[in-house]
Amino acid sequence: MKFLAVCSSGLGSSFMVHMNIDKVLKELGVTGVDVDHADLGSVARGDADTIFVGSDLADSVGGLGEVVVLDSIIDMAELRVKVRETLAAKGVEIPAGDAA
Amino acid sequence: MNGFLNVLLDIFRQPSIIVALISLVGLSVQRKSFSDVLKGTVRTLVGFLVLAAGAGVVVGALNPFGDMFQHAFDVQGVVPNNEAIVGQVLLDYGSSAALIFFFGMIINIALAATTRFKFIYLSGHVAFYMAAMIAVIMGVAGFDTWAVVLWGSLAQGLYMTLSPALVQPFMRKVTGSDDVAIGHTGGAGIALSGLVATLVRGKKNPSKSTEDIVFPKGLGFLRDTTVIVALSMGIIYLIVALFAGPGYVEDKLSDGQNYIIFALMQAATFSAGVFIILAGVRVVLAEIVPAFRGISERLVKNAKPALDVPIVFTFAPNAVLLGFLSSFVGGIVGMVVMIFLGTPIIVPGVVAHFMTGAASGVIGNAAGGRRGAVLGAFANGIAITFLPLLLLPVLGEIGFSNSTFSDSDYGVVGLFLGWLSIGGGQIAIIAGIIASIVAVYVASLVLRLRGTKSDAVEPETATATAAK
Repeated sequence: MKFLAVCSSGLGSSFMVHMNIDKVLKELGVTGVDVDHADLGSVARGDADTIFVGSDLADSVGGLGEVVVLDSIIDMAELRVKVRETLAAKGVEIPAGDAA
Repeated sequence: MNGFLNVLLDIFRQPSIIVALISLVGLSVQRKSFSDVLKGTVRTLVGFLVLAAGAGVVVGALNPFGDMFQHAFDVQGVVPNNEAIVGQVLLDYGSSAALIFFFGMIINIALAATTRFKFIYLSGHVAFYMAAMIAVIMGVAGFDTWAVVLWGSLAQGLYMTLSPALVQPFMRKVTGSDDVAIGHTGGAGIALSGLVATLVRGKKNPSKSTEDIVFPKGLGFLRDTTVIVALSMGIIYLIVALFAGPGYVEDKLSDGQNYIIFALMQAATFSAGVFIILAGVRVVLAEIVPAFRGISERLVKNAKPALDVPIVFTFAPNAVLLGFLSSFVGGIVGMVVMIFLGTPIIVPGVVAHFMTGAASGVIGNAAGGRRGAVLGAFANGIAITFLPLLLLPVLGEIGFSNSTFSDSDYGVVGLFLGWLSIGGGQIAIIAGIIASIVAVYVASLVLRLRGTKSDAVEPETATATAAK
């Protein structure tokens, strides 16, 4: 399983989202999910199972497969919900009792 | 014994090895497994070499551009592009740049922990570019290597702490909170935009928000760095090639290849070089930034992360577009002025106008509505055209390399250090840095005396007490 955070240069914002996804996965106790970040220009369909972008890039990622659009890329609460949903949709088990 | 020392010196003169060692430290403090540490360290080493290879590609494409520009207009033409210039700088100043970058982060944490400026600068890529520029200026000023690293790191740490602080009063208006800051080398221009927007706000009829305007969609390609660099450089190379003429280009540069095709291919090659450099920077930072973030979260209470500019783009998408266009117009106006003045010509760097112009638009909109977004971003565009021009002389030989640093903060920090150096040499630089540190602590003290009110309701402390 691989998540990919994407922004226009692949350096700043996507890296931050990448680190935040790592954090959420750790909180949830989920292992075995590979997280990385990249720039819009070098992502191809199939590079990841799910791609995370900010809503300003939502129009630019058509055709890249499964995309999660974040309304705000600095909102941890939103990210937590969306990572959880994505994991659930993929059938990844979230260890119970950990998410206090 | 001497032979051994020489080997040691050879090792530490290799910037790729220095960054790999920094990465090794970063991974170790995160307590990663042996295989992760090994993987990350080697990846960083290779990533730096990738970056250096990209620099070669960029230089290869920029040299004919410089020649064509010189032949066509008889002045130096400079393309402001951070990746292009940093790639070149790192070939000569890589080791000190890497060390300034590393120790600058430590100074940033120390300043954030001991003052009221709680900003942790997490945009590793632009911080890395800033470290490269500081390394150049300190090197040009004639410092020994150890002094370049010592004073350079202090300057870097000060910069990382103060740039977000400058934008924060306006940033609060955008996000409606004080939790996040902007950490980007466009900071000074973005703050300027906020200031201009506040001035033009208009008391009786406040300008409406940009978000009430209905804009056409379809400029999504602007977000793709590779595409926008290739397209914009294609247009610029084409214009310059047309002015230089087929005779000159096909005779001296292209080896007989049609001059239009040659120009377009060189522009695309430039974009390819930037692409390679970006890939290298990404790998170099991947292991270092998370460690920095982890340490700062542990050591600095109530730390405010200072993040890359796109974090504000979602707050006002229309202002993003309006800001980019206004800033770009500012760049073109500035270029026309330079043509009349007969100075070297700063060609508008599209990436910089997009990133910092867009952020200026969002900040300007929050501070002064539509009028604020347009005029604020325009002021940013003017700033990032003239600051690079003023910066050229203080960069020494690097100033003659057809490319330069593109954002406003490089100009502000570079001119501060560079003019100190011209005015009073190394002593003045050292005095300036020490004075700045003192000023930071004095300002922090003043803020503490004035702002005890905001401390009363820190949610962090509230929950901490509740948990007990």
